[in-house]
Amino acid sequence: MKHIKIINKPNLKKSAQTGGCGECQASCQSACKTSCTVANQKCEK
Amino acid sequence: MIHKFYLNSFYIITDINSGSVFSVDPCAYQIVDYIKTPMTEACPSDIIGALKDNYTVEEIKETYDELYSLYCNDSLFSEDSYELLAGRLGPGPIKSMCLNVAHDCNMSCGYCFASQGNFGQDRSLMSVETGIAAIDFLMKHSGKRRNLEVDFFGGEPLMNIEVVKKIVSYARSIEDANNKCFRFTITTNGLLLNDEIAGFINDEMSNVVLSIDGRKEVNDALRTRVDGRGSHDSILPKFQNLVSKRDDKEYYARGTYTKYNLDFSEDVLHLFHHGFDQISIEPAITDGTMDYSLTPSDLPRIFEEYEKLAKIIIDIKKRGEQINFFHFMLDLEQGPCVFKRLRGCSCGNEYVAVTPDGDVYPCHQFVGNDDWIMGNVIQGKLNSEIKEKFSKATVFDKECCNDCWAKFYCSGGCNANNYTYNGSILSPHHFSCEIEKKRLECAIMMKVALAE
Ligand code: SF4
Ligand code: SF4
Ligand code: SF4
Repeated sequence: MKHIKIINKPNLKKSAQTGGCGECQASCQSACKTSCTVANQKCEK
Repeated sequence: MIHKFYLNSFYIITDINSGSVFSVDPCAYQIVDYIKTPMTEACPSDIIGALKDNYTVEEIKETYDELYSLYCNDSLFSEDSYELLAGRLGPGPIKSMCLNVAHDCNMSCGYCFASQGNFGQDRSLMSVETGIAAIDFLMKHSGKRRNLEVDFFGGEPLMNIEVVKKIVSYARSIEDANNKCFRFTITTNGLLLNDEIAGFINDEMSNVVLSIDGRKEVNDALRTRVDGRGSHDSILPKFQNLVSKRDDKEYYARGTYTKYNLDFSEDVLHLFHHGFDQISIEPAITDGTMDYSLTPSDLPRIFEEYEKLAKIIIDIKKRGEQINFFHFMLDLEQGPCVFKRLRGCSCGNEYVAVTPDGDVYPCHQFVGNDDWIMGNVIQGKLNSEIKEKFSKATVFDKECCNDCWAKFYCSGGCNANNYTYNGSILSPHHFSCEIEKKRLECAIMMKVALAE
């Protein structure tokens, strides 16, 4: 494409089918912890 | 839903429901404002009419076609199909526990949410028996989950390090037989660190959070010892020593910014120049009444600082050096599934905090408020009503989150802040939302810049 560069492909909907196993770390977002944007959490799958 | 923004000379469009991200030219950036769904194959004449003074008709049509092809493969203006999932989310096993092993602290930081370590309660240390009961409680409520996290927290956990060691050794002694894998983490202010403790932390803790605010004058203004002296010069070499022996294991040099250091990118650089490449500096969230409190009028300055920091980090990375700023780390491809994104921290459901008395709270930030006690590890009690309530606190149930472009990145913010400052776990704390959204824009922009 000339006018658009894809940085990230659609992946969220697929995860609705495959995800939800719950093995990943909890992700506190507050300032007092290893506060984290959830979207950066590692998926364990 | 899409969200578009212009930052650091990049035109960026994110598609919220699909998770797609695009870097576009100005023409595409403008066209999306006029698009109505369902999109038609041919470019509507009103779009051409609206933009023909800026671009040629051919250019507009060509760009529209590209956007249309993305629409057709569900990458742009993708429909929301998640609300049904939210209804399927209920209470889950407990997999993470914050162990407040010391409700006491050898520092007296101005902004401490734990009221100088004791959470407004009596100063106390957790006993080995309570710690072991907490591990048993976690095992019992963890169902089939294999990976269990235990975070040693306080107050200052090193004030009770012998008990920490015994709890770790107990957990290690039972994990294999129960097919569990414990991951320990610890947060420390560093004053009591020595070689022996650093060695223990490096051996056993999969992550360690080292609290330091950055430049000496910034750190020492609020991170003071009980006698009022600053801590910077004592903790910095101890942290450097620990990190130098940590190999590839995770750690964070973690600081807090307040109104006193709105130029916090300098603090990130201070830490970077002292050998730390995993850095987190975060806003102190308060009720806005202290001298150091950040208030909404600081937001423009804070945004400017995040943009500056993002550019600094891009430069460092482009030089081939390693640096991670926690809030700019975003995994667009391999990030969590949408289930995880609907509920964020999972406090009170998959995550709980335990006090030295064995009381169970939804998380460390609820500790000290009796209304939120949800059980006790010694008595083996757990209140399933509170757990159920938290398990249902998804982005679809929170005021404003459902219409917010950041919902699948932010997952509804911090329930404790929502409760403390807005009276309900379901009412997002707007000041934090503004900061979160800015950090996300910076993080996405960095992906674009580094993909150049
Ligand atoms: S409620 Fe806030 S402080 Fe508590 S675990 Fe969640 S993000 Fe962290
Ligand atoms: S490990 Fe991955 S798939 Fe499983 S719940 Fe976490 S993010 Fe979702
Ligand atoms: S930024 Fe605020 S409104 Fe948006 S999802 Fe996060 S908590 Fe909800």
